[in-house]
Amino acid sequence: MSTYLTKRLLYMLIILFAASLLIFILYASTPGDFITGNIKLTAERKAELREIYGLNKPVLERYGIWMNNAFHGDFGYSLAQQKPVLQLFNDYIWNSFLLAAVSTFLTWVIAVIVGVISAYKQYSWFDTLVMVAIFAAMSLPSFFIGLFLIKILAVDLKWLPPGGMITTGSHATGLAYLKEVVRHMALPVVVMTLLGLGSLTRYFRSNMIDVLKQDYIRTARAKGLKERKVLFRHALRNALLPAITLVGFELPALFGGSLIIEQIFNWPGIGQLYMKSFGLRDYPLLMGFTMFIAILTVIGTLLSDILYRVADPRVRL
Amino acid sequence: MTVDSRLAGLREPQVQRQKSSLFRQSLKRLMKNKLAVAGFGVVVFMFALCFIGPFFSPYADNKINMAMMNKAPSLQHLLGTDALGRDILTRVMQAGRISLTVGLASMVLSVFIGALLGAVAGYYRGIADQIIMRIADLLMTIPGLPLLFIFGALLSEWKVPTDYRMYIVMLMLSIVNWPGLARMVRGQMLSLREREFMQAAVVLGLRDSRKLFHHLLPNVVPLLIVMATLNIGGAILSESVLSFFGLGVMPPTPTWGNMIDAANNMIDFQDHPWLWIPPGLSIFATVIAINIFGDGLRDVLDPKQKR
Repeated sequence: MSTYLTKRLLYMLIILFAASLLIFILYASTPGDFITGNIKLTAERKAELREIYGLNKPVLERYGIWMNNAFHGDFGYSLAQQKPVLQLFNDYIWNSFLLAAVSTFLTWVIAVIVGVISAYKQYSWFDTLVMVAIFAAMSLPSFFIGLFLIKILAVDLKWLPPGGMITTGSHATGLAYLKEVVRHMALPVVVMTLLGLGSLTRYFRSNMIDVLKQDYIRTARAKGLKERKVLFRHALRNALLPAITLVGFELPALFGGSLIIEQIFNWPGIGQLYMKSFGLRDYPLLMGFTMFIAILTVIGTLLSDILYRVADPRVRL
Repeated sequence: MTVDSRLAGLREPQVQRQKSSLFRQSLKRLMKNKLAVAGFGVVVFMFALCFIGPFFSPYADNKINMAMMNKAPSLQHLLGTDALGRDILTRVMQAGRISLTVGLASMVLSVFIGALLGAVAGYYRGIADQIIMRIADLLMTIPGLPLLFIFGALLSEWKVPTDYRMYIVMLMLSIVNWPGLARMVRGQMLSLREREFMQAAVVLGLRDSRKLFHHLLPNVVPLLIVMATLNIGGAILSESVLSFFGLGVMPPTPTWGNMIDAANNMIDFQDHPWLWIPPGLSIFATVIAINIFGDGLRDVLDPKQKR
């Protein structure tokens, strides 16, 4: 186990190092920079600024500087916002987390309930309906369903605000503030939950179907246990256990925000920050964000593998 | 006469018969799955509509008609007209041609790259495996959407003519999609290469390429067909996201994604929903049909995989 972990951690570091190089080179070769985009500056001033920001140095040298700073916990300064990248992340990430945490929670709860019922009643009309709904959820173009719901529920029916986190110009505090945020969250959370539901419901449904076919379920029934007990004590536990391996894969989504949803709903999260910065070519921020997601992905995968072992001791790492 | 050719003479007719009966068996089982058949029907309908439909449309020339700007759906224009007086139904069909082609072509490309590299990695192991799978790991570590955005931005600045952009979008999607496929094919290869029939192939002294392409890869084909089908849906969705954000295929070449771009304009979004809802529903209908059909295929071709 410990040799496995050492090897694994070493490999993680190498992959992350390679990823950082690739990310840097890709962004460096993306044409245009923050300074080119500013038409108010004179040619001399532009050259001067490039000198200050070190943009005129060769790519590899810039990469070296970036990496060196990153190792010292400094991911640079956002050019557009004139704040340290890490501080900006801290400002925006929690908004993203709020959205992601609520929708992830809802997704898991609904997926477990619906998946288990539809597995228990396999081939019933309810199950067929659920299967069709699962495919529908997996086939939704995220940006389109977002726009569609804004159009109907916010613009036409005016039930919910169309976007943002609080009403523009609002100074609500306390409970009123909370209510405002909840109202603004409703639509993006619904869309994110919908998008996640498909594959997860399907996962729980197939797990449950497998478990219900096992011998120990027959044994439990043969012992004369109540059906409810068989279902919740014996079947459900075993159907849910493998799902803890999925927790790791949720990690990037939990903290990395959602580029599309946050952009559509104008939610002040880290995903929208990325989208805004992409147009401005605010490279330190873009690179920091991409690297951040890459790190979360790698950690998430490792976490999944370890949890897999915890869930099933027969698996040797 | 070598052993191989003598064996081949003995073996061929039998293999042939088995193959066609397996195919017929699968088809029969697929036909029983009504949902999958319906899905296939919708896919065929969408393809027919997009590729043949415009020939029957009186508005296929996309002539600008100032008298018919932004008109709501009517009998004359079933889905209304856009800001230049072009018929939306015809535009949706023409856009579908591009979106479906991009989806199909990028699927073919990613399956080709993924299967080839995965097979090589799984069969040869060693250094080839190391190089290929490390590249795949790397590509899977970097988040897909930012990666596609960077490629899209590169495209815009390289001044790629809009006519060619769709080909590069196909390539971009394939670059992001092949690692998953390669990983799956490699896993299959690792177990297949240890099987008895492969020992027989080694004993017969077959060439590597023959072992790889005649004995190993055909065993992965059923799984590949399933993955490929589901991949088309994913590719259509990715293309639409990219085009919606103006980083994929750009106007005047219409795609379902860049038609929804109309929704980025406040007035069109609120007052002219016929501009952007039909292409969105087209994407949804096509992808759901493909996914349902692909799932039916999976049940038939890959019974080990759980639903």
